[in-house]
Amino acid sequence: MSTTRQLLNSVQTARFVAHGFLLLDGVVPREMNEEALGVFAAGLPSVPYGTPVPKAFPEGSFARRLVELPAVAGALESLVGPDPTVDHHFVHTRVPHEGSAQPLHADALIDLRTDAFDVQLMYYPQEVTASMGGTLIVPGSHLRRTNESDTGRYQNLRGQTRLTCPAGTVALLHHGIWHGGRRNDSDTVRHMYKIRFNPTVPQVRLWDTADLDTPAVRQELERGFPWYEQATGRLEILNRVRLWRALSGDPAFDIEYWATRITNRPAARRSQA
Amino acid sequence: MSTTVRQQVLVLYLDTSALDSRVVGWARYDGTGTTRPTTGDSDEPPYESGLAALEDGWRLFQAAQLIPPYPGAEHETSFLKHEFFFEKLVSSG
Repeated sequence: MSTTRQLLNSVQTARFVAHGFLLLDGVVPREMNEEALGVFAAGLPSVPYGTPVPKAFPEGSFARRLVELPAVAGALESLVGPDPTVDHHFVHTRVPHEGSAQPLHADALIDLRTDAFDVQLMYYPQEVTASMGGTLIVPGSHLRRTNESDTGRYQNLRGQTRLTCPAGTVALLHHGIWHGGRRNDSDTVRHMYKIRFNPTVPQVRLWDTADLDTPAVRQELERGFPWYEQATGRLEILNRVRLWRALSGDPAFDIEYWATRITNRPAARRSQA
Repeated sequence: MSTTVRQQVLVLYLDTSALDSRVVGWARYDGTGTTRPTTGDSDEPPYESGLAALEDGWRLFQAAQLIPPYPGAEHETSFLKHEFFFEKLVSSG
């Protein structure tokens, strides 16, 4: 196994900031995927809120080996930093021909933090096909302030991701993202294992920043999504600029000069002089 | 033959507050019980605009009010703003 840290680069981190999630397709080895089904069937021990990862998941445990896979560990460290705590983990199971889907929701309580975010890991041990349903994720929804399942009225949004993926895929999600388990119309039981990580350090430049000034970073951050309304879509970009300023430590970062223009207060500056 | 009439409801979320603007989200509820639309079941909207739904016989019965943002919350984003409710009345045997 590689011992090189596989941190995200700036473009990948910017993509996470814009989309609110990152997919690591098929990064878990086949043997672990096969092992997972037995581990899930046996049940996972509960973890008290706010437990450090090494204590939550003892050395050699399945979950510990999962989060220590180089691609997973590197992405997690890039987003929440070293030594996060775990406040929740659970195996979600959807039986064949289950009649209902989850309503679109964000997990936990409405989260107003602008200087920190939790990351949720979703692990899929099996290939997820379209008929198995999989997880519905709404790209770019994570900065909207909505509480839990109050979004349940929205059945479909343009550009939604109806996640199908190869076995061993891991998704990392911003805590605010709108998502839901889709109806399973297949003959196969579907599993998804979720772990929530809380940062314990400031989430500033935790990734490999060698490419921080590449134009591709800005291209990721100015991305629109097909479900954004015309006017609100601009506010999404503004709020994303604010998040990127915090993560990158660059208070002058902007897109379309919007954040800079609306904070230009010559009269206020003069009165302080 | 029964003449019971049931309501089918279509909710469209539009790009702007104009009824003829582009559909960005949608939901259906079928009072006849013959279909069970649900979350994440389609990638393409049933109509390209609210007006197209009217042209296909849906009757509009509610549109979202335009409410100014609360002072201090002008840059916050939350629910979809431009929500339009339509109905069709369908004879159910």
